[in-house]
Amino acid sequence: MKLYLKIWRQKDADSKGQMVDYELNGVEGDMSFLEMLDVLNEKLINEDKEPVEFDHDCREGICGACSLMINGEPHGPDRLVTTCQLHMRKFKDGDTIVIEPFRATAFPVIKDLIVDRSSFDRIQQAGGYISVNTSGNTVDANAIPIEKENADDSFYAAACIGCGACVAACKNASAMLFTSAKVSQFALLPQGRVEATERVLNMVRQMDLEGFGNCTNTGACEVECPKGISLENIARMNREYLQASMKG
Amino acid sequence: MGILDSKVPSGPLAEKWTKHKNDINLVNPANKRNIDIIVVGTGLAGGAAAATLAELGYNVKTFCYQDSPRRAHSIAAQGGINASKNYQGDGDSDYRLFYDTIKGGDYRSREANVYRLAEVSGNIIDQCVAQGVPFAREYGGLLDNRSFGGVLVSRTFYAKGQTGQQLLLGCYAAMNRQINRGKIKAYNRHEMLDLVLVDGKARGIIARNLVTGNIERHAAHAVVLATGGYGNVFFLSTNAMGSNVMAAWRAHRRGAFFANPCFTQIHPTCIPVSGDHQSKLTLMSESLRNDGRIWVPKRLEDAQAIREGKLKPTQLKEEDRDYYLERRYPAFGNLVPRDVASRAAKERCDAGFGVNKTGEAVYLDFEAAIMRYGKEKALTSGLKDPDKDTIRQLGEEVIEAKYGNLFQMYEKIVDQNPYKTPMMIYPAVHYTMGGLWVDYNLQTTVPGCYCAGEANFSDHGANRLGASALMQGLADGYFVLPYTIGDYLADDIRTGPIPTDTPEFEKAENDTRERLQKLMQAGGKHSVDYYHKKLGKIMWNKCGMSRNEKELKEAIQEIAELREDFWKNVKVPGSIDSKNEELEKAGRVADFLELGELFAKDALLRNESCGGHFREEYQTKEGEALRDDKNFKYVAAWEYKGKPSDAVLHKEDLVYENIELKTRSYK
Amino acid sequence: MSALISSSIARKVVMALSGLFLVLFLAQHFTINLTSVIAPDTFNEWSHFMGYNPLVQFLLQPILIAGIVVHFAMGIYLELQNNKARAVKYSKFSGNANSPWVSRNMILSGMVVLAFIILHMYDFWVHEMAYKYVEASPEDPTRYYAETVEKFGPLWRTLIYIVAFVLLALHLWHGFASSFQSIGWNNKYSAGLKTFTKIFAVAIPLGFVFIALYHHLNPITH
Repeated sequence: MKLYLKIWRQKDADSKGQMVDYELNGVEGDMSFLEMLDVLNEKLINEDKEPVEFDHDCREGICGACSLMINGEPHGPDRLVTTCQLHMRKFKDGDTIVIEPFRATAFPVIKDLIVDRSSFDRIQQAGGYISVNTSGNTVDANAIPIEKENADDSFYAAACIGCGACVAACKNASAMLFTSAKVSQFALLPQGRVEATERVLNMVRQMDLEGFGNCTNTGACEVECPKGISLENIARMNREYLQASMKG
Repeated sequence: MGILDSKVPSGPLAEKWTKHKNDINLVNPANKRNIDIIVVGTGLAGGAAAATLAELGYNVKTFCYQDSPRRAHSIAAQGGINASKNYQGDGDSDYRLFYDTIKGGDYRSREANVYRLAEVSGNIIDQCVAQGVPFAREYGGLLDNRSFGGVLVSRTFYAKGQTGQQLLLGCYAAMNRQINRGKIKAYNRHEMLDLVLVDGKARGIIARNLVTGNIERHAAHAVVLATGGYGNVFFLSTNAMGSNVMAAWRAHRRGAFFANPCFTQIHPTCIPVSGDHQSKLTLMSESLRNDGRIWVPKRLEDAQAIREGKLKPTQLKEEDRDYYLERRYPAFGNLVPRDVASRAAKERCDAGFGVNKTGEAVYLDFEAAIMRYGKEKALTSGLKDPDKDTIRQLGEEVIEAKYGNLFQMYEKIVDQNPYKTPMMIYPAVHYTMGGLWVDYNLQTTVPGCYCAGEANFSDHGANRLGASALMQGLADGYFVLPYTIGDYLADDIRTGPIPTDTPEFEKAENDTRERLQKLMQAGGKHSVDYYHKKLGKIMWNKCGMSRNEKELKEAIQEIAELREDFWKNVKVPGSIDSKNEELEKAGRVADFLELGELFAKDALLRNESCGGHFREEYQTKEGEALRDDKNFKYVAAWEYKGKPSDAVLHKEDLVYENIELKTRSYK
Repeated sequence: MSALISSSIARKVVMALSGLFLVLFLAQHFTINLTSVIAPDTFNEWSHFMGYNPLVQFLLQPILIAGIVVHFAMGIYLELQNNKARAVKYSKFSGNANSPWVSRNMILSGMVVLAFIILHMYDFWVHEMAYKYVEASPEDPTRYYAETVEKFGPLWRTLIYIVAFVLLALHLWHGFASSFQSIGWNNKYSAGLKTFTKIFAVAIPLGFVFIALYHHLNPITH
């Protein structure tokens, strides 16, 4: 099939960017979206033009590196997939596809479609861990039974891949789903309860410092999340936060 | 040719590690504050090592090419992590895990290392649970297990199909804690381009900031490489797009020996190639072989009809299907080790029984499991006389709970519903057992340069068992390297900070710049991918699942020619001093072009079949691997001497004091 | 404790609690208004009570005004902050694909409701204040019904009233349920509660519209 692409090109963080039009022939339905961009880049290189840069790595939907706002939706129109798992069979011959970077003040553009998501790392560094030494001198793994339901919920929260689609989809560029997923993962486990108060206060403080917007419960993040992280996590974080600030 | 000293401590196998820990030098906490360590790679091995070293008090700098340590490719491991906890009470023990791993590796790994791995495996699970890793649990609240290929017990801990992700996020959290404390400084989007030696010791690295293009010097008292495997030398593999051999290869060029490069694992259950545009292959976890049955049609005409789309697999009667693994290996059935399963699939497809358009796919069928689970579920839910549809529905729910994400992934890629029609799978390059040679302390042949995880060669011999990679990465990172490195660093407490304005750093930086310039200024005919794909084809066709002398010799020649052409004619757009993915790729492919040749050379030398290395000349009448313990019971460690063809072989003889060498049988 | 005032979550909680308070007020206002249709005498009686009870006048009324001011001021502040969180906008943004229009346009529905409240205050409250405290007119417990019905005489006011309440319904459709999420209320009752909020969001504004239309169509004939 033939596609008309409108792609954001930006030389570096300090330059002004713009949308550039490309035409691409010979796209097949079995290609992933990123493989389609590979074909475009091969073409651009052969034409002595600079290829389009985008973040990608595992190409199986788990590393969270790939991003892209595709026709106004993070990771494109398909649900529960990342861009690398989006296949071109979701598009038709002659379609126009608008491709932009994830946009948020806390995700500045580095080049073309690549953004800097280190704000996510800093939120995690502020408290997204359990303070145990890694010496292995701890109790036996089965010493504390954990209710299966809580363990499962904790896992579902922990499935977050940190791609930033929640921020990209949110009209307020809020990072509440991301932050709450980590808070929830630990809040649901007895091992994580010990530091729950400090954790939620510190992570939310960092989240605010990074300049993300406020959650207005539109639910867009949950719909666009490639891992289906639930809004319940946000409610849980709000609850944890309120309790923690009463205590602290 | 020299003989290598593995520095395995003396004493009984089970006491070696404890004894060694008691004997080695320690660095006192106050002195640790004056010692810097560079860790390159932040996957399970690197992340775990960085976190523990920082916690012990060393100043750690981590480097990764990804934008965050959390994206290291350990994250993609699906099925699980082994540990000899014996929670299931099925007779598991450290010895049994040790034995299975040595046997699975076809008797080409080092006994003492593997025993140590088994010994600390239980501790990994304790550690991870304490860190908040949400492993799967049973209704009683205790941890659940499943089985993997090549073993007869259930010792695999898992978190759905995302075990690697959960373990890596555990490491990443441990790192974050140390970053928050200021003990780790993380250099993300940085790539190591060279190892710097001062007075013969590893004292730093040259790295490129991938965002600005700046070439930076970083000094330390020791350098840890945990940069993963080199499966991408095949272009198509289950590795991440960025996975590369550069750090290990740069160290190799500076004196670190490269061991057993030809030992590569071809994983039996991957989604088949769909076309030339393909950029990578996707694994379907080995855990699926717990419940899936592998088959091809019994008759050639059925296979052909299926390929032409005239026949559907579900229409084929039970007696017309060839469950070839169950037929050939009744004891282990579908759970034979990976190398055996892969070769068996290739054998059937080569014989014309392949089931997709290209004829390179076999079925992985869940029908039987769905119905079995469905019946069980119906019984436990108190349903009397449920009809077939109800059973199927219940069964599908059970399968979904176990493997939901894998099934979803398959459906997205192939556009077929694996609950209704069998999956199509084919082997693909997945893991490399070979890597930098290390001694018992995980030190390479360059003093002060350590290597952990998939990047080293140490624990898996000629074939790795499922769910052992995560175990090795974390064992190396959390429990082995942080102690053994102290033995070396104990001599460095008075050294003081390593300066970067020395001639050694100067030269390394200049070399790096020259190399990048050379890549940029080459002829500009073909893209980097063009060369990478060509290399991959040579590797897959001539150094893949089965190898022979003639083709290996051809491969050596072809790769050498391709490398020459690459340096003359590669086309790298953009500039050095900015973000430039093509330049990053070019540097990596340049190293693959050297490694590939050494790989073929190593495979050519090894005149036997063992594990993932199958030489057509050396097989039994039934087509099973024919190992030669008399002549090849050694580790082949290669010393760099310029061109790969000039590489010099060093041997480490493998001594088996606790295990009797046997022909591996899974029948 | 400082976190409770300065953080994004705290601000959201302020929005939620003030919103919930206004929902309560709305329910109470509706109950009184409804009597104007079924029992004008009761309407007069209750209105008089609300107008002259010191507790209502000097405690509840200021709290209500504060609630309204806080809700709107915070809403506008958050909106400005949220705009800053995405300085460069998308050239294509498909919000409808993942979220309801109403949830993304609370500021719009909110501003319309605010405009209406200003008109409403001018119509009733300013008039009332003037009557009681400026003109110092005598108490008349029977005047409310007639005054109310008279207001709905002109078609334009009734139409504005209807438009405002449709927008209020949209605002409540998202806002009422949303406030429970913001204060972290999420348990087995959530689904039922959500249904209730949706019914409330439609029924109450519809009720107000009904009352307005009723009085518009049934003017008092002298």
